[in-house]
Amino acid sequence: MKIADKNTKAVDLVREALEKAKEFEQYHCFISMNEARALERAREIDEKIAKGEKVGRLAGVPYALKDNYLSREGVTTAAARMLDNFPSPITATAVAKLEAEGAIMIGRTNLDAYAHGSSTENSYFGPTHNAHDMERVAGGSSGGSAVATALGIVQFALGSDTGGSIRQPASYNGVWGVKPTYGTVSRYGVVAMASSTDTMGCFAKTAEDVDLVMSIMAGKDPKDSTTIDDFWNRELEDAKPKKKKIGLIKDFLGGGVDAEVVKAIRDYADKMKKAGFEIEEVEMPIMKYGLAIYYIVQPAEVASNLSRYDGVRYGHRAAEITDLDSVYSNTRDEGFMPENKRRIMIGNFVLSSGFFDAYYLKAQKARTLLINAYNEAFEKYDALLCAVAPAPAFKLGEKINDPLQMYMEDMMSVLPSLAGLPAISAPFTKSKGGLPIGVQLIGPRKSDQVLLNIAKTVEEVK
Amino acid sequence: MEEYKTTIGIECHVQLNTKTKLFSAVDNDAVDKEPNSCVSPIDYALPGMLPVLNKAAIEKCVRAGLAMNCKINLVSRFDRKHYYYPDLPKGYQITQMYQPIIGAGVIHLPDGSDVHIEHAHLEEDAGKLTHFGTYSLVDLNRAGTPLIEIVSMPDIHSPAQARAYCEELHRLMMYAGVTNGDLYQGNMRFDINVSVSKTDKLGTRTETKNLNSFRSIERAVEYEVKRQIEVLEKGGKVKQETRGWNDATGKTTSQRSKEEAQDYRYMPEPDVPPVVLEQSYVDKVEASMPMMPDEYRSKFGLLNLDHSESEAILNYPILAQRLNEVCDKNISLAPRVAHWFSGVLLSEENQDKNFALATAEELAELSEMVEKKELSSTGAKAVLMEMYDRKNTAKTAHTLAKEMNLLQENDEGALEAIIDEVLQAPECAKAADDVRNGEMKAIGFLVGQVMKKSKGKANPATVNGLIKKKLS
Repeated sequence: MKIADKNTKAVDLVREALEKAKEFEQYHCFISMNEARALERAREIDEKIAKGEKVGRLAGVPYALKDNYLSREGVTTAAARMLDNFPSPITATAVAKLEAEGAIMIGRTNLDAYAHGSSTENSYFGPTHNAHDMERVAGGSSGGSAVATALGIVQFALGSDTGGSIRQPASYNGVWGVKPTYGTVSRYGVVAMASSTDTMGCFAKTAEDVDLVMSIMAGKDPKDSTTIDDFWNRELEDAKPKKKKIGLIKDFLGGGVDAEVVKAIRDYADKMKKAGFEIEEVEMPIMKYGLAIYYIVQPAEVASNLSRYDGVRYGHRAAEITDLDSVYSNTRDEGFMPENKRRIMIGNFVLSSGFFDAYYLKAQKARTLLINAYNEAFEKYDALLCAVAPAPAFKLGEKINDPLQMYMEDMMSVLPSLAGLPAISAPFTKSKGGLPIGVQLIGPRKSDQVLLNIAKTVEEVK
Repeated sequence: MEEYKTTIGIECHVQLNTKTKLFSAVDNDAVDKEPNSCVSPIDYALPGMLPVLNKAAIEKCVRAGLAMNCKINLVSRFDRKHYYYPDLPKGYQITQMYQPIIGAGVIHLPDGSDVHIEHAHLEEDAGKLTHFGTYSLVDLNRAGTPLIEIVSMPDIHSPAQARAYCEELHRLMMYAGVTNGDLYQGNMRFDINVSVSKTDKLGTRTETKNLNSFRSIERAVEYEVKRQIEVLEKGGKVKQETRGWNDATGKTTSQRSKEEAQDYRYMPEPDVPPVVLEQSYVDKVEASMPMMPDEYRSKFGLLNLDHSESEAILNYPILAQRLNEVCDKNISLAPRVAHWFSGVLLSEENQDKNFALATAEELAELSEMVEKKELSSTGAKAVLMEMYDRKNTAKTAHTLAKEMNLLQENDEGALEAIIDEVLQAPECAKAADDVRNGEMKAIGFLVGQVMKKSKGKANPATVNGLIKKKLS
């Protein structure tokens, strides 16, 4: 990571990032830029350095912020019309921690509205383009952050991952992405998607950079009761796996997963062997229910979390209103994207009386079975290996009118989310068409650093 | 005609008097505050805000539960109850649908009947809407105030018993110290579920919501019972519905039928971890509980007080505590103190006094002074009032009586001197003669003269005896 010091000026780092952002404008990574304030902060940091004052571990490092994080700098949109022009009176804990270490936010990145989607096409502001192919999707929902990192505009970018929203775009754009153990980073000040699986993570070009950013953001926050004690406190090289044994999930080496992707995973497994790992194929039949569980639990929480956007207190309010019901229905009709509405409807359906037991409760029971299956596997393995997504980046517009095909994108990424487990997306290879393919490593709770260590070890094998 | 049996169950919302709200760290006391001045980003439901549970509310719950002889559930959870209304910023209320903190219990009413508690759960209050013709204004000061909702079993069978149950609930919550208990401010609100039936099978019930006075509870039940019987007698059917009470007309009116009832789409609250309590914690809270009305009742039963007298005292925990302390010192001194409380202190003009001001020692001392005839009962009442008015609390009852010049003269020698003086006075000669001749009615005049001369300090009974002796 390039950090400001006596020889490297923060202003230059920020200026360079802003210039690159302009250069790559056609990729549409950003919803809004934070130019003036970013340069002002850079100058402050340079002054401190000149005076010999202490600056943080990320002094002058420009970064991009997924536009579902609240910050007093600029407006948060969540890529939805609903929040268009929402100046936040608070700053998210994760953002505050980064800025206390001197990181400088240069702009807010594009996402699927309210993080609902796997392509960043559901943005009210239009899609982001893949860093390797303008015709293809960035992946999502944190597409803007992944592409901004892949294009080298910023050294790191924040994302949020509820069912794959960091890992899948990381894989599609060939960068590192981490979805940490549930509760690692505070959710305070991040627009909620599905509270029980929402996690805050980041993108970067190296395992070390990801590790540094995560170590700063991690830790208990009194404002988020689901955060856990800080465990991200080791040097990356000290986070060594104990068993040197990896489970290759057999259920994802066939049906539904593209042959090219399966081959990449097998190649990666071979490379792991070279790195000294024992690889064992493991059958986990519960895995095929992941998507079914996720698309009940997640929409239920989404429907609930989106109830607050009612046009009464802040955000968008429909111009044409006649009574209270029309305040709600017109505002929500105009403010939400079709995918938002789809999830609200599914969520309310599975929670409604008479259906709750059959859907929501049953899904929660299945979720417990899934957690048990993972626990059992981790008695044998340091980590489980599978693909991030079933295929490389697809074409813009290819799946946008086929929600089920779009949901299939998440078939492998939602599983660790449901179990609250850490999962990383490590860049590995490219398809024949030149599109990046990443791999997914999943570990037991709090093994996040171990996963990064494993992937880094494998990366270093020639 | 066969008799109808009335069955009543009551839900009671109690606002807890915690310093801050249930899930945010802003002032929970909005009395006399500007609208929307006690509102945090959490209460306002900004994006990205998360509820943080106020531990003080948990202790209040445990206290309330113990006061109702309820089982305290060591593991409880929160759920979301969804509906849209401008006074509900998140679009859902955080409540406890499936695993409430307070389990089953029972309340003993003063008349000896029992009302069982089904459960009680912790939840947040909503804000307040004020309607102005074409528009409405929202005040979120109350949004997020901790509430417990106490759900009774259908154990209540008359309007009077319904009222007694609510009064006892109020007393218990006040004793447990969990609420300010101001009904006018809505600190306790009651929903009554009423049905009537001629058979053992319960009739269709109606729910009358948001009653906030004991009188309205009794009247609303009375009205509903009468109304439902009339409907049935005319061959009609009682509709299951929510009704509202109009205090001015003394009637309930239909608000919402069962078919219009909302689907609340309950869901476990993912942002608030389960509340897990240790039994040792519950034990500690239990040890800190004050005496409850029931215990006081059995103790005060020994004092031969009127039922209404002791119940009136029980409405004021501090007075019950004082009376109990006097009992512990000397039970024979206690009935007089009880009469003072109910007859003097609780009369209308003294309601604003600080009832904590007089200590049990002082009250016992005052009662003993009357017992020993050092003070007339009129004098004692004057001293009592002074005890609740004084600025200087170091002054004992005796000092006050002395300063007020109210100590009675019981010294027979001194009294005899005054009596001799009176008997020799010319204006008393006739009365003295009358007494000598057996016309005892005249003695009152003589006693009065002695009292006057002693400036009220003479003990009239003693004076009476001495005069009789002298004139016989």
